[in-house]
Amino acid sequence: MSGHHRSVAGKPATSRTAIPPGTRDVLPEEMRELRAIGDRMRAAFEEAGYGEVHTPALEYEEVLLRGDARAAGARYRTFDERGLVLALRSDMTIPIARVVATRYADAQPPLRFSYFARAWRATERGVGEPREFLQAGLELIGVAGADGEAEVVALTIAALDAAGLRRHRVGVGDGALYRSLLGSFGVPEASHVPMLEALSRRDLVGLEGQVDRLGLGEAERDLLVRLPQLRGGREVLDRADTPGLDGLRALHERVEQRGVADRVIFDLGLVRELGYYTGPVFEVYDPAVGFALGGGGRYDDLIGRFGRDLPACGLALDVQRVHLAQAAEEALG
Amino acid sequence: MSERLTIAVPRGALFQGTLDLLDGLGIDTSEVRSNERRLLFADQGIVTMRPSDVPTYVEHGSADIGVTGKDVLLEQSQRKVYELLDLGYGQCQMVVAAPDRGDPIGDALRRLGRVRIATKYPRLAAEHFAATGRQAEIVEVKGSVELAPLTGLVDGIVDLTATGKTLEENNLRVVETIGTCTARLIANPVAHKLKAEQIDSIVERLRG
Repeated sequence: MSGHHRSVAGKPATSRTAIPPGTRDVLPEEMRELRAIGDRMRAAFEEAGYGEVHTPALEYEEVLLRGDARAAGARYRTFDERGLVLALRSDMTIPIARVVATRYADAQPPLRFSYFARAWRATERGVGEPREFLQAGLELIGVAGADGEAEVVALTIAALDAAGLRRHRVGVGDGALYRSLLGSFGVPEASHVPMLEALSRRDLVGLEGQVDRLGLGEAERDLLVRLPQLRGGREVLDRADTPGLDGLRALHERVEQRGVADRVIFDLGLVRELGYYTGPVFEVYDPAVGFALGGGGRYDDLIGRFGRDLPACGLALDVQRVHLAQAAEEALG
Repeated sequence: MSERLTIAVPRGALFQGTLDLLDGLGIDTSEVRSNERRLLFADQGIVTMRPSDVPTYVEHGSADIGVTGKDVLLEQSQRKVYELLDLGYGQCQMVVAAPDRGDPIGDALRRLGRVRIATKYPRLAAEHFAATGRQAEIVEVKGSVELAPLTGLVDGIVDLTATGKTLEENNLRVVETIGTCTARLIANPVAHKLKAEQIDSIVERLRG
């Protein structure tokens, strides 16, 4: 093509100049700030022994499906010259699980990896919801239980300190807790999905209505209604008065030893949308902005699906959201 | 972070009920009541807006909590806000209504294979007809929905009604009730964690 590329002011974007919804161009001033934040977080990860890895943006869809079948609908797909289905990765955890099982098949755990990589997710949400995002994350492989989770939580907090945030917190819940309670109260399987769905949206009105219709005893009913509202420090683990919290108690002990207990919020209603989490789940907040900066959790079954059975946990931050939070904190002074 | 909560208060049908509720919580609303046009009341931690904007401000954290109708939440189900409490007031029915003569909706479905429906709730209406196995063409209107079937624009409407009076006066009758809508207390997900104590104290007092 030759000739005039310059756009005319006020002229509506056409397919010649538009970019897909949820994507954006980054210009030098913003890029400089994003880069600076990324560099500082990268240094924190490297210092803690989390070497940076990179994997292809495109993977065979079959491989990604093995990691999480439920996320398939949200992926962008294309074909290669042989007609095989390729998909853009929607997170880095599944590709890293594949890397561990194939490139580190005999390596002695623990293994520690970090990444700065773009991921893509289609969304039905309105204008402005990003579909391409830059993630900064870490994966700790081969350390089971609270030891592993505390290391990931503490390093996340340190990396955000390095990025210039001051007031960030990490919410910690147990993605399996509510489901196992439903099971132990003999709630029929058919009710689990709509209840967990209401829980993940925190439609507490809808959830309470569903609990009431189960016809449980008063103690069970109260626990199912109250649990999703319990959040705060160590004390919520006592107030919850339910089995299944030993893991979170141990985690509290470990984050206390690491000196970050005051940055951790236990949130017994927290569940994450991804299908591969098996235990504790994390979400990262900053009071200056109204959305989570990232999240993660424990995924002890995932790497096994690729051929090497190892416990693991990790966390991913949305770098652009970290940047927004840092700018908002700066503005608040 | 500021310890005080910012509350999004809906103007319109839920306005008085919400201000009464806030009075009950010990929040002074006299200034809000006497200022029709002012929107932001920083001293009281109150921002006022139309009900359909409440989820937007709460989702983004510009307000920590807010009050809006269940109809708004159903229509904007993609919003990431937590629904904490059914406040009970502002009770309305979400209904399908049609002209009072014959069965225009049934006729359209039988003869034309689809029904045309006007509404301010396009998403909710589409879901209702899809869920009941009927093909519907949804026409979104902004103003008085009752006008649409009277002029032949559509066969019926989906709208919120409290007393049914407006429907009646326009020779429309309720043919199906989709659900009951009341005022709801919603919260921003991050505020729900970081301002847990303040939010819980409000929820507990409202639960009574």
